[in-house]
Amino acid sequence: MADKHEKTVDPHTGTATTGHEWDGIAELNTPLPRWWLWTFYACIIWSVGYWVAYPTWPLVSDYTKGLLGYSERMNVTESLQAVRNSQAKLNDAIVNDSFADIKANPLLLNFAMAGGKVAFGDNCAGCHGRGAQGGLGFPNLNDDSWIWGGSFEQILQTIQYGVRGDHPETRISQMPAFGVDGLLTPSQISDTAEFVLSLSNLPHDSAVAERGKAVFHGDGACASCHGEDGKGNQEVGAPNLTANIWLYGGTKEAIMNQITTGHGGVMPAWSGRLDPATLKKLAIYVHSLGGGQ
Amino acid sequence: MEVASTKTGGAAFLDWGALALTLVGMALGIFVALFSHDAVMQFHAVLFALFALAGTIFLAGKAFSSAPSQPADFYADNVIKAGTIATVFWGVAGFMLGDIIAWQLAFPALNFDLPWTNFGRLRPVHTSAVVFAFGGNALLATSMYVVQRTCKAKLFGGWLPWFVFWGYQLFLLMAASGYLMGVTQSKEYAEPEWYVDLWLTIVWVAYLLVFLGTIMKRREPHIYVANWFYLAFIVTIAMLHIVNNLAVPVSFLGTKSYSAFSGVQDAMTQWWYGHNAVGFFLTAGFLGMMYYFVPKRAERPVYSYKLSIVHFWSLIFLYIWAGPHHLHYTALPDWAQTLGMTFSIMLWMPSWGGMINGLMTLSGAWDKLRTDPVIRFLVVSVAFYGMSTFEGPLMAIRSVNSLSHYTDWTVGHVHSGALGWVGMVSFGAIYCLVPWLWKRQGLYSQRLVEWHFWVATIGILLYITAMWVSGIMQGLMWRATDALGVLQYSFVESVEAMHPYYVIRAIGGLLYLTGGLIMAYNVFRTIRGDEPVDVADQPRIAAAPEIRHPQTVPAV
Repeated sequence: MADKHEKTVDPHTGTATTGHEWDGIAELNTPLPRWWLWTFYACIIWSVGYWVAYPTWPLVSDYTKGLLGYSERMNVTESLQAVRNSQAKLNDAIVNDSFADIKANPLLLNFAMAGGKVAFGDNCAGCHGRGAQGGLGFPNLNDDSWIWGGSFEQILQTIQYGVRGDHPETRISQMPAFGVDGLLTPSQISDTAEFVLSLSNLPHDSAVAERGKAVFHGDGACASCHGEDGKGNQEVGAPNLTANIWLYGGTKEAIMNQITTGHGGVMPAWSGRLDPATLKKLAIYVHSLGGGQ
Repeated sequence: MEVASTKTGGAAFLDWGALALTLVGMALGIFVALFSHDAVMQFHAVLFALFALAGTIFLAGKAFSSAPSQPADFYADNVIKAGTIATVFWGVAGFMLGDIIAWQLAFPALNFDLPWTNFGRLRPVHTSAVVFAFGGNALLATSMYVVQRTCKAKLFGGWLPWFVFWGYQLFLLMAASGYLMGVTQSKEYAEPEWYVDLWLTIVWVAYLLVFLGTIMKRREPHIYVANWFYLAFIVTIAMLHIVNNLAVPVSFLGTKSYSAFSGVQDAMTQWWYGHNAVGFFLTAGFLGMMYYFVPKRAERPVYSYKLSIVHFWSLIFLYIWAGPHHLHYTALPDWAQTLGMTFSIMLWMPSWGGMINGLMTLSGAWDKLRTDPVIRFLVVSVAFYGMSTFEGPLMAIRSVNSLSHYTDWTVGHVHSGALGWVGMVSFGAIYCLVPWLWKRQGLYSQRLVEWHFWVATIGILLYITAMWVSGIMQGLMWRATDALGVLQYSFVESVEAMHPYYVIRAIGGLLYLTGGLIMAYNVFRTIRGDEPVDVADQPRIAAAPEIRHPQTVPAV
């Protein structure tokens, strides 16, 4: 097929074609749109200008630095340092001042609360929930039923060293697995669970609960940690059983399961992961959530 | 004129050689299946052996058959028919997977706590299904159609195009099943492991041979612009694929390998690959599609030959530098970031050259937008192309990127290009191709194309607006500080805030998927040969060339 090169003029645009045709498709000989070409040039000129101003071209063992002396690493180091400097006084005050002093200083308290809230979201919310509402196996931090104590110092200690963690100062307690280890019979466990229900005034069978009460104070020796009145003991991390607030569920089944297995969760030590000021901000934030004592 | 029934000595020799290769392939598959300790490797070896067996049967049947082959059609269209059907199939599958993972992001419980239904495994199945399976088959089918028509030559290589088609499907199958079973080399859009990469390399070289061979034997004096773009796509993807996937396997019988690159060099190689997969797979390839189907369907000459030359070469030259803009504010040296950013800016006009040439080709035929929904698909796709190639350079600017990076804005940007440009130009091409290939009067129903168009367009708009809002919101939340320099939000608060937008996005995706299903139905009815319900409303060009003007179709 010969190269015909018959340049016809497109009747609609009045532009000539190139004379080529492929499967019925012709091409017009329209010149480059001026605005397109000039914008393209402008982009190139701008880029060249940018290359002069900023680090751009690699050389053998170095690169062109640009007139502005821009360095991203330097910028981020400087801006982080600037924030650190601007916060240094406040952070020092958080570390050195007592809880009472911080609470009395609105600026310091706001600073601590804002930092505590974000640190909580980034580090604690994964287990305790965004609203610190907790979940199955993860304590709710909004109520006043504290396992390890709700004073500022106690909260700070829990955050710093964790629970059943690998820090030497970690808080440790272990409820026996009464069922798994055969310390109590299944019927004793069932009776005890009935009694535990009664402690929170939940619907229960009083006759069975009465039998459970005997186990609670007798064979099970539950009272030795959870107290004669079942109100718990924060010294050993034994939860209050009378508040109708449950770590592993408040149904008869869940309570029996807990007595059987003696579950205990782990909270990591945050000391060493977060700086002392952030730890204290977190304690202040958690303390403020509703249950602080 | 070549006639298929005359078998030259050379061709017969190649057939026998290929037959021997399929036997070797089968032996290799059986060997690996027997001796590998890696269950996924064994599964893939069995797949591979079956593929080789099918090849053996095909080639042996051909070699020992004494019956003369059928007088062939002038063009080799059966492989294109297969590619068109595969495009529709993988499109629907890919859209569905995308919508499933969109709902998973809105409602994490939908991960079902199972490894193979988990977002982390389904996400690469979605991206590979839409980019490589849907997009790849669309490119295979249209490139083989376009190169034959614009070269007035039959596809080169006899059965080689069929090897490309089925070999590519085997690649897709091994890639997707591997992801589901937890095999990945953790490179975005290049997840398949070393042996799947090697296989794709073989298939891709065969594809290049078919395409180049056809161009070589063309009966037109010049190479049409669509073919420049297709060729750039094939050659560059080969280069990107090979370099980025350089790796050392732990064992030849196992799936695991280690990349040849590490650290920031690995990141740079990955994004050199990743960005140019966008540039040469999803842009250059589909521009090739656009350059044939837009003027063909509009029955208008291409707007500017000069523009097509200038924007082709500038696009090819500039795109390859733009990758570092994916690594702003990382360990990548400042100078590389600057180069990536400035070349992205310079890339703006070369990209728009394609948009101008696509849109302005419609001059004199704008009225067809009203009457022909297929043209509307093609034109709106070009408009989306223009929009995302403006958004891309904008997001490549370092200071804009500091807001947009790692946010949903990026996801929205990708999808305005993928759903709007790649998807819609492919739909337009499919709606053209199906009646042309199966020699029909038109599509089964043009009304269904209308429905597809509007459902898909609304879906895209919901998708990208939701992602703009949620992405910019995310970026602003992450950087918000108070007067004392304390961050205002924890990460999880930004996740929580995105929920409503994730729901809107998933609804948008559902609409897009619905459009895909409408298309599949329409294509199915057309292929089956059902009488079109509204052929009077369809333009003349909707009919197959043989029906439109029988005399101009080249004879054997």
